[in-house]
Amino acid sequence: MKTVEAPERVQAPPEIAPQPSVLRYRARRVSHKVLMYALLLGVCGFILLPVGWMFTAALKPDLEPIFTPTPEWFPSEFWAWENFRRVLTDVMPFLRYMINTTIIVVANIIGVLISCSLVGFAFARLRFRGSKVLFYILIVTMLIPWQALMVPQFLMFVKLGWYGTYLPLIVPSFTGTAFFIFLIRQYMRTIPKDLDDAARVDGLNAWQIFWRIILPLSTPVLTVCAVFTFLWNWNNLLGPLIYLDSDEKFTVAIGLANMVTLADTPWNLAMAANLVSILPCVIVYFFIQKKLIGGIASVGLKG
Amino acid sequence: MGRPRKGLMARKEQRAAYLFLSPWLFGLAALWLIPIIASIWLSLTEYNIITPPEFIGLENYREMLFEDRTFWVSIRVTLKFMVLSVPLYLVFGLLLSLLLNLKIRGINLFRTIMFLPSVLSGVAVAVLWVALLNPDVGAVNSVLRGLGIDDPPRWLDSPTWAVPSVVLVGLWGIGGGAIIYLSGLQNISAQLYEAALLDGAGPWQRFRYVTLPMISPTLLFVLITGLIDAFQVFDLAYVLSRGGTQGIGDSLQFYLINLWNEAFQNGRYGYASALSWVLVLAAAAVILVIFRTSGRWVYYEYDPERER
Repeated sequence: MKTVEAPERVQAPPEIAPQPSVLRYRARRVSHKVLMYALLLGVCGFILLPVGWMFTAALKPDLEPIFTPTPEWFPSEFWAWENFRRVLTDVMPFLRYMINTTIIVVANIIGVLISCSLVGFAFARLRFRGSKVLFYILIVTMLIPWQALMVPQFLMFVKLGWYGTYLPLIVPSFTGTAFFIFLIRQYMRTIPKDLDDAARVDGLNAWQIFWRIILPLSTPVLTVCAVFTFLWNWNNLLGPLIYLDSDEKFTVAIGLANMVTLADTPWNLAMAANLVSILPCVIVYFFIQKKLIGGIASVGLKG
Repeated sequence: MGRPRKGLMARKEQRAAYLFLSPWLFGLAALWLIPIIASIWLSLTEYNIITPPEFIGLENYREMLFEDRTFWVSIRVTLKFMVLSVPLYLVFGLLLSLLLNLKIRGINLFRTIMFLPSVLSGVAVAVLWVALLNPDVGAVNSVLRGLGIDDPPRWLDSPTWAVPSVVLVGLWGIGGGAIIYLSGLQNISAQLYEAALLDGAGPWQRFRYVTLPMISPTLLFVLITGLIDAFQVFDLAYVLSRGGTQGIGDSLQFYLINLWNEAFQNGRYGYASALSWVLVLAAAAVILVIFRTSGRWVYYEYDPERER
């Protein structure tokens, strides 16, 4: 501290001379920085320690106690990697659950990308009667929890004979999701209007403007929507819980929930299943986090 | 919106617009309008899906308000969660985002770590925390005992601590909320802070008179979603309440858990429709109250009306 201080004082012009306050200021800045790092590390510990514990627990053989008197936060001496194989195929069918969930996820991504980009384009770039009213309706459907409608929707899908299939979990995405329509609309509004006008002069119709000009420029927001759709559907419990009735069709979320509701949960396997099931989310997150965080930031909440 | 343009082009554009909107309009009718109307009717009936609905007037609502103890328990649990979680998540989310907004070395790594829990499923998080919160052998209580607390809370096994446990688990995923604040913070122009510095404002004054007003729209957004989220707690409560080693009775009977039970466990679809309607009204009330009062404390940099 003091060694850094000395040359500073020599260089300082005479009128800013008050050394004691400069000294105090620098000392405060350094201690401030240390405090900030301590806080950040503290919060990181709060987040990472449970994940570390999950890892050690997942690697324990069956006969080893999962709950040790002092919790083991880091991989211990046991490395029962076969636990992962056991939850995937042998003891628990998590591989099948993952394939089932992937089917639902991929279908939903396709549905969301098609429908929400079309609707978002109309709201962002086209003039039509009733656009204001329809936009308010969109906002309202975004805020009202869909769970409020799950009972009548369920009865409707049962009448259609869709109970026990993936259709109730997939088809709605092809009619658009309010939140994604909103995101896409906000993003498309930032694209300069001159582009459309120039295209119109060249004789392009609305569809061509959408397909050739606006859609290619919207890939960042479409990526964000695809990732959110993946995360939400991968993690969705309530929907599959209501509509699926056989172990053959179950998703990862149901499989996990069922493990805890077992009378005598094998905790090492539960944690292994947990790790396996969150792995796709974590991988996607690490690949895409910059875009994801930037994507949310770019949307903003005004307007 | 702009003035209506007459002529062929405008009409063509309008027709195209409705074509583009058609998937959503279809969904609006099939998945919102028809179910809403159907559920008004169903809420006035007794319906078990096997025999046709039987009209009983307002009986479902009367039963709910005056006889159904579980309904009131679910209201109490949900409100308790709301009162605990909304201010806590608001304050901690904001504090965390202020930390993550610092321009210091390694901040990107810290951000990556802190947003991580928010991409994990409620079920996965709940499964992890059921184990951590085990009152006798779980890691949380081991740590607390190590810190000299001889009689730590029994968390999910205790009627008092069950809801705070859910709040605590939610706190672990607070990073998701912090992303939204962070984007709000990063939209604040640096010039405002420079001007405040020139006027001799200290750190607290800069926070109070620059940061806070500038992110008030974000605060409003998080407040609304936080209040509505309390009615939507399901995954955590579903897993946590069944994972308890002892019977914990009604202490995690959240609103949506009760609704799910009545519909899909008890097969009382009429009664569950009435419960759904209360949920819609509650959400609508929350939204209305907040929008009505927000003019007093939310500062908009741009007039949103002017933007269109």
